[in-house]
Amino acid sequence: MAQAIHGKGPSHIGIRMSNAAPESRKEAARSEAEEALFGFWVFLMSDLIIFSMLFATYATMGHSLAGGPGPHELFDLGSAAWETVALLLSSFTCGLATLAMRYDRSTGKTLFWFGVTLLLGLTFLSLELHDFFTMASKGGVPSRSGWLSASWALIGTHGLHVTSGCIWMLIMFAQVAKFGLDPLVQTRFMRLALFWHFLDIVWIGIFSIVYLLGVLS
Amino acid sequence: MRHLLFGNLGYDALPFYSAIATGAASVVVLGALAVLGFVTWIKGWKSLWIDWLTSVDHKRIGIMYVVVSFVMLARAVVEAAVMRSQQAVAYNNPGFIPPEHFAQLFTTHGTIMIFFMAMPFLIGIYNFAMPLQIGARDVSFPAMNSISLGLTSAGAVLMMISLCIGKFSTGGWTGYPPYTELSFSPGVGVDYWIWALTLSSIGNTMTGINFAVTIYKKRAPGMTLFRMPLFAWTALCISILMIFAMPPLTVATLMLAMDRYLGMHFFTNELGGNMMNYINMFWLFGHPEVYILILPAFGVYSETIATFSNKRLYGYTSLVWATISIAVLSFTVWLHHFFTMGQDGNVNAIFGIATMLIAIPTGVKVYDWLLTMVRGRIRISVPMLYACAFMVLFVVGGATGVMLANPGFDYQVHNTLFLVAHFHNMLIPGLLFGMLSAYHYWFPKAFGFRLHEGWGRIIFGCWVGGFILAFMPLYIVGALGMPRRSQEFFEAVYRPYLWVALCGALLVLCALASMVIQLWTSIRDRQSLAVPAGDPWNGRTLEWSIAAPPPEYNFALIPQIDSVDAFHQAKKQHTAWRAPEHYYDIELPSNTPVGFVCCVASGVFGFALTWHVWWAVLLGAGVFFGAIITRSFNRDTFRIIPAAEIRETEERWLLTLRESPAIANDAMFTTANRGLVREPV
Repeated sequence: MAQAIHGKGPSHIGIRMSNAAPESRKEAARSEAEEALFGFWVFLMSDLIIFSMLFATYATMGHSLAGGPGPHELFDLGSAAWETVALLLSSFTCGLATLAMRYDRSTGKTLFWFGVTLLLGLTFLSLELHDFFTMASKGGVPSRSGWLSASWALIGTHGLHVTSGCIWMLIMFAQVAKFGLDPLVQTRFMRLALFWHFLDIVWIGIFSIVYLLGVLS
Repeated sequence: MRHLLFGNLGYDALPFYSAIATGAASVVVLGALAVLGFVTWIKGWKSLWIDWLTSVDHKRIGIMYVVVSFVMLARAVVEAAVMRSQQAVAYNNPGFIPPEHFAQLFTTHGTIMIFFMAMPFLIGIYNFAMPLQIGARDVSFPAMNSISLGLTSAGAVLMMISLCIGKFSTGGWTGYPPYTELSFSPGVGVDYWIWALTLSSIGNTMTGINFAVTIYKKRAPGMTLFRMPLFAWTALCISILMIFAMPPLTVATLMLAMDRYLGMHFFTNELGGNMMNYINMFWLFGHPEVYILILPAFGVYSETIATFSNKRLYGYTSLVWATISIAVLSFTVWLHHFFTMGQDGNVNAIFGIATMLIAIPTGVKVYDWLLTMVRGRIRISVPMLYACAFMVLFVVGGATGVMLANPGFDYQVHNTLFLVAHFHNMLIPGLLFGMLSAYHYWFPKAFGFRLHEGWGRIIFGCWVGGFILAFMPLYIVGALGMPRRSQEFFEAVYRPYLWVALCGALLVLCALASMVIQLWTSIRDRQSLAVPAGDPWNGRTLEWSIAAPPPEYNFALIPQIDSVDAFHQAKKQHTAWRAPEHYYDIELPSNTPVGFVCCVASGVFGFALTWHVWWAVLLGAGVFFGAIITRSFNRDTFRIIPAAEIRETEERWLLTLRESPAIANDAMFTTANRGLVREPV
């Protein structure tokens, strides 16, 4: 096969019936896992376009305060910093979980680190919810101005992603309970981990552009 | 309480406000009842469920996409004819359609033609043919494929329901705010539009991911990217376009929804909203979308011109690079859709030049196709007729496109029928003709019998004649200054042109009727049109190397590929159709109802959001995600087809093949064609 790919196949050209046995179930499962992982990367690229649209909208609406409250009144950098710490830490523990899964092959360790990741994710979400309530109580509701609509949509979409990541993690725990840490569950954990790191990267963008630039400029 | 149960739904939502609306709604309801009655009559419910609705076979999903597209095509063509009739009589005269209804007509016509005719048509054809062409047994994610079909169908169903319950948007297919904001469009129409588009755009994104992964990962051994048929290349390019261009549409429609449902201010006139954000995002989707629509036709013509010229595609590599260039350039020109909306002249100039650049790779393609025909053994089949008509008409459309790419000229004719003539001139030859020729080309592969040749030519004549009569006059009235979307006009000079355009629209209606007759005739004569050997056109690519209709596993053994047009090479070397020594068990994805459940759930979700029935919104979303989560716990997603069964199927087909007469090229369109054509010497 490698030969044929490089164009140095047998002397006749066209198609040949290969009489070699097709790949075994195990090999097929491996290539399915690879396809799924690759497909998930492609999905993340597509999802990133959604965030880039939201960032672009936010950037163009920076001055659309319409007399309403702005970043100085609404954002609490301290809280945003703690959110950042929680999410970055969760990315680290998520990495530890995949390492435990791949190299230690220990179900207990894997679940422990994913559990810690989930708790940190929930911490992030509760801090974020608290922020949203604070903003709303200061009059910073999304219907107040274009800028507020854009910031709620950007931060909120990220928050919804983290929420779905948390739900996904709960579902994965149920799958481990049912199937054990078998290859299919493992590839799903791998995709979940990719998703989680991706959300971390998006959050760094939000923290820098929305919070830091908003409060410090 | 009533509001809690039914939201904004009430008896006033029923279409009894005008005779035309009542009539249209009755046709939809009666049509749906007729289909249900027919399925019951032929006792087809079980087969419908097992063979179609729950099937994840890419071929069947492809066929279902095309069925959706035909239904929607019929509706949108009738709408076009109604609009042409209105304009033909509307000189100093309100005609028979009131302005609001006319606005609904052009909105549904555009929305349907782009999102529910063109997109399902091309996705359906790719679904059917692309995996066969690259030597795969299915797409990478078969269940997701079924969910994509479900989402697109749910959007199409919402469009049909909007005809019966409530009124549709009057904001045009582009739905520009602030007109589509709540303050100017308080009805449910825009909401129908938003949710139909959102569902289909999510489905299309998933299709893009699915196709791209399939092409990257599932090609037969030896089929390098540069040995893929051109049609598969266009599949890869439009998949990448869908992956990157669909999300901006999803974001734009959802932001509009947030404005309308939650009182936000993304695109409103007040409190800092900025409608230009919508326009930019919409066309950031919309321009790549133009190439998502046109590249598939380029792919089809590349296949059919090579096949029916019996010659290898001229300049294969240059065609591939032209396709890739068009795909890349398509992201750099979106601003030409709104030259007149207040940018700096220099910005307009840059986008104007970028737009003109696209004409270069497109020109390369036209020359490649022409040179493929030079000294070929040309057979004037129906697909070849479409290809020839396309090359002439598309060059005219392309030339007017280059005219419009000049911002100065664009200022003169923007928002006139000149523009309408231009984009119909691109999309009818550059999409619809391509898809119709694909339909004629691959139909025998899909169903095992050819479409009636004579009726095919009549359809071709009606479409091409109808198109020329309907749209060439619009260039003139457009240049004379007639605004698009006019329900009434006051310039006598437009009248003769609009009468000619009406004749064209009526001819297109004849084309539609002929398509029904052709299908009916072909099904009736399916015995004499049968091509069981599977290669009725002396094809060049892998899909022709198997039976027609193909077995569900496509290839008994995955072939090894050593060149472009590998199957044709094999036929020349007399190595094609060799029986393999061994057969092996084949594993195929098993049926799943998840796609159908997601279709119903997302349809309920969209309808309930439109009418503010909040419990049904939650129900729809819950069932949708619940179905997917439940599916993730199902490990029994494969079934095995035993080697013995495959041997039996294959040997029966090979026997048919050996017994089929190898006909000469000239006999291809006669009933002597059983699917085996002799290679001309």
